[in-house]
Order: sequence, then structure tokens, then C-alpha cells
Amino acid sequence: MHKQARLRIADQAWVKWSLVSLALLVVALVLVVPLAIIFVQAFSAGAETFWANLTDEYTLSAIGLTLLVAALTVPINLVFGIFLAWLVTRFEFPGRKALITLIDIPFAVSPVVAGLLYLLLYGSNGWLGEWLMDYDIQLMFAWPGIVMVTVFVTCPFVARELIPLMQQQGREEEEAGVVLGASGWQLFRRVTLPNIQWALIYGVVLTNARAVGEFGAVSVVSGNIRGETNTLPLHVELLYQDYNAVGAFTSASLLAGIALLTLLVKSMIEWRQARQQATPAVRTDSH
Amino acid sequence: MSITLENIDKSFGSFRALRDISLEIPDGELVGLLGPSGSGKTTLLRIIAGLESANAGRILFHGQDVTRLHVRERKVGFVFQHYALFRHMTVADNVAFGLDVLPRRQRPSAAEIRKRVGELLEMVQLSHLADRYPSQLSGGQKQRIALARALAMQPQILLLDEPFGALDAKVRKDLRRWLRNLHDELNFTSVFVTHDQEEALELSDRVVVMSAGQIEQVDQPQALYARPVSQFVFDFLGHVNVLAGEIANQRIAQRDAWIRLPEAVPSGAAQLYLRPHEVRLQLHPVEHAHLPLQVESISLVGAEVRLELRPCGWDAPQLWEVGITHAEYNGWQPQRGDRCFAVPDVGHLFRPDCASPGTFYWG
Repeated sequence: MHKQARLRIADQAWVKWSLVSLALLVVALVLVVPLAIIFVQAFSAGAETFWANLTDEYTLSAIGLTLLVAALTVPINLVFGIFLAWLVTRFEFPGRKALITLIDIPFAVSPVVAGLLYLLLYGSNGWLGEWLMDYDIQLMFAWPGIVMVTVFVTCPFVARELIPLMQQQGREEEEAGVVLGASGWQLFRRVTLPNIQWALIYGVVLTNARAVGEFGAVSVVSGNIRGETNTLPLHVELLYQDYNAVGAFTSASLLAGIALLTLLVKSMIEWRQARQQATPAVRTDSH
Repeated sequence: MSITLENIDKSFGSFRALRDISLEIPDGELVGLLGPSGSGKTTLLRIIAGLESANAGRILFHGQDVTRLHVRERKVGFVFQHYALFRHMTVADNVAFGLDVLPRRQRPSAAEIRKRVGELLEMVQLSHLADRYPSQLSGGQKQRIALARALAMQPQILLLDEPFGALDAKVRKDLRRWLRNLHDELNFTSVFVTHDQEEALELSDRVVVMSAGQIEQVDQPQALYARPVSQFVFDFLGHVNVLAGEIANQRIAQRDAWIRLPEAVPSGAAQLYLRPHEVRLQLHPVEHAHLPLQVESISLVGAEVRLELRPCGWDAPQLWEVGITHAEYNGWQPQRGDRCFAVPDVGHLFRPDCASPGTFYWG
């Protein structure tokens, strides 16, 4: 038995180490090196150029617009996600299962298609767009359109995080709360929210990351007006097409920085959750 | 506070969970709702609490109609099957919850709340766990905290859904006795749901037996056990030995087995139910009964020796079970495969044309 066990393939050192180094090599080539090159390129003309590129009028405006989009998208999807998760986990109604599937549509549809759909619907020649034009409301090729498609693309993140958790936790605690006299708001504030808070923060972090980085859908509805409807990802592309590689990489490094920050926050939350679950259940029987 | 249910009806889609339930629970009574799963007992409890609404019927607390009253306003205490403690709150915060969410005008001061929580934890003998979280407690402890939390609002009605269902046998017995004492001390009206007949019979002032959304029988435990009104109640309250046969000439017979009935009964198909303690075993048949059996298994654990017996020359839906004393066992020393005869002392006769049984006594 012992000899056989030693001969098991995975236990042989050279197999293990060659597999590990292969994995590391792939990770380095595919993930780490490109990421590093973004920063190398951004600083290739010196820190002063980096700073000049960063404080460029159009770059600043792109940063501002991106922040605005994120600042609107995140709260909208936070409320929407909680509401939706609450709805499908706390009530039984016809079409509930279909609704859970529908939530995933933005994940399944290519963002470009989503952008086109919005353009078709709300553009100046679109069904609703024409009617809106009569009231002098322009949604497409302006920041409201960018917010709309970003909301669409990122709307599953919060709900997707909450639904399995709330399903697993059930509604008994909420029922216990309401029997004890808690109002709807007290229930949400003191029972539901503390139970879902980490999943919620996680969902928000993901929503934010995607809202900041969304390219496809936004590029369709933005119109790429410099200083007006240009978000950071679009700005990167514009600069690159202008043969301003250093400028493009400067903006790209900002996005990469946000991504790294997101990863950091995400793993901190996961670490915290793991630690919470690992809290030993002390049994002190003294009936 | 008394509870009155009038013609309660409840459906989930096309499934009719409760049919025309009417029940009167006087002030201070401890009532057990007993039935198999799917009998509607938990639904009925949740309707009393206001967690579900009935499709038809009225609910009155102390003569006042509360049918349209929100669960929040009914001010009942409810203990959930899986305790439903707030997992992110300490034990003390759990118990304080009901007081904490009171509108500011009615809410006691923080010091007063702390004092009340202290008293409640003392009552359930868990003061030392005040700062623990629910995940750090054992099942029995959680259940007692859930009770303390429900009692914090001093409800006059306490509802318990399978309160001891998830606990092991020993803890369950202790908690049962403890709940009974608590009920007698604080004198609220309690309704609890259980599928354990022993629990229902031991704990309740009255037992409500339910099946398929209907009430089969409401009675005190002794009366319920002595005079079950239907075959369902009979089957549900422990093992019964059945002789299904034809009645003719004041005798019920099936192939080799027959019992002479002490009084005249119209002929036709019938079933005679005999409880394990209403039957004796002998090595020879007696004049009024001939029920040949063969010993199938012997269980020595417990206050009496339980024998499982297979009918010889006749059929029964289940093996017969008869209890004999350890003294009888030692005198007789039965082995697997030994033959013997059952002698009925008390029997309950069910005939297709009448719902309730006729009870006979021999000897």
C-alpha cells in the first residue's frame, strides 16, 4: 500500500514543480507582464509628462464623467439590486423563476448589443427618442445615455450576490422580527441589512469596477465628444488613435489602478467573511 | 387571553391546507396541535400569529376580532422551529429586540431594558451567555433564548412551532417539563405544534389532532387516548393491532382467527383495533378468542418487554405488538418462532357505516 501511495503521479516532485512553474509562467505572460507594461509605458516619458497627461483638460473631463457615471450607477443598482433580491427571495409569485433568469440578461448580451438597443430605442430616430425630442430631451450622445447603458450592464452584480445568500438565510429571522413588533424599516435596518452587508459591499465593489471600466455599450451611445461625453475607457482609445501612446497609457494606468484597488477590497471582504465563518461554535452544554 | 377560531379556511394555490377549522381555546390553557406533516397544523399556528392570512373565517383574541390585525399588532409570542435567532446580535440583544423596537414613547429606558433582559436570561438560566452569539450556543440553549425573546414582550398568547423538534431526546424531555412549569407559573395561553404524540399527550391540557387540513378530535390527553373517535386518531396515537374480518353470529372472524364479541353487532365487514396493552398472551386459546401468533422479535429494553408477533393462518396489515412484564417474560421465556395466542381485554370496533368505534370489554 505504502509503495503504491508513493507512486501516485501527483506526489512526484518533478510533476508538481513543472505544473506549478507552467502555471506561474502563463500567469506572468498573460496577466502580470501586460499589467506592469501599462505602468512602465505611462511613466516612459518621465513623471512630469505623466502628470501633464493626467492634468490635461480632456483627461480631467473624462475622469470627471467616469466618476459621475459611477456615482449615479452604483446607488441606482444598489437600490434596484436589494429590491429585486428581496422580491424574488421573500415572495412567491407567478413568473418569479423567469425574473431570476431575466436578471442575467445583461451578462448574457454583448455590451455593444445593449448599447445599440438603447440607441435604437432612445436615439433621435428611435421610438421613444422622437417623442423625447419633441420635449427637447436628448438622452443619447449625452451623459444620461451613458449612465443608462452602464446601469443596464451592471445591474445584475448586486442582485446576483444577494439572491443566493438571502435564499439560504430564509425569512424566519424577519418573521421573528415582525412578530416582535418591528416596523418594515426597522426590520430592514436591524435584521436584513446586517445579515447581507458583506455580500452587498461585494456587489457594490463589482458594480463600481464595471461601471468605471465599461467600454462597449458606452462607446455606442457616447458619440465620443471630447471634453463632453468621453469616459476614461473611451479616452484611452481616442488618445491611442491620436498616436499619443504615453497619454493613452496614463489614462489606462488610472483604470488599472482602480482595478487593483477593487481586487484588494474584494479579497479583504472575502478574508473577513472566511474569518467570520470560521468562528468556532463553542458548545457549552448546561441544560 | 382566550383564542377563538371560526371557520378558518386556507388554500395554497389549488392545495387546500385548512378546511373549515373552528376551535375554542380558553384563557390559560396549553394546547397541542398534533398531526402528521402536511396536516395543516403549522399553517393554523401561523394564521393565529398573523404570519399567514386565512382565505375565510375569523380569529378572535379574548372576544375581539383580530382577523384583519397585522402580525405586528397582535402582540403574540412566537417561537420558531429553528429558533430564528438574529445571528448577528448577541444573546442579550436578541432578547432585547422586542423592547428596542418599541416606539420611543413606549420604550423603556436603556437601563430598564438591560434589567428586563437580565431577568429573562435568569428565568431561562442562561445569564452567563448574555454576550455570546447564537452560533456559539447549543440547540437547547438556542431554544431557551428564543423563548426568552418571545416572553420579553410579556405576551398573553405564546405560540410554538415544533419547539423541541430539532433537539435530542434527553434535552427535549427536560425542556418539555421546563416549559410546562413556565406556563403554569406565568399563566399565558399557549398553543404548540408537534408531530410527536408522546410530547402532545404529556405536555398539553388538551390535544387537537389534525389530518388533511381538518380537526379529527379535540380532547384531554387521557380521554383522547382512551376514546379515539376515528381510525386516523387511533393509528396516530401509537401502535395498534388490527383484526380485519367479517362479523357473523356475534363473532368477528378471518380465516383461522376469530373473537366472540360480548354484545350483538350487525353483520358485515369490520375492523377490530386492539392496543398493545389491551391484549394478553397465553400458550392456549381461551373460550372467547382464537388468535394464533408466532413470536417474531423480542425487545427487552424499557419498562416492559415488547414482542412482535406474526399472525398464523390469518393476515394483519402490520405485525402485532404486545407488551408483557419482565416477570411474565422470565416465567415464560419465549423464543423466536414460539407459538402463542392473543387474548383481548379491550377492543375498539370500526364498521364502515359508522365513523366512531364501538368499544368492547371482555372478562
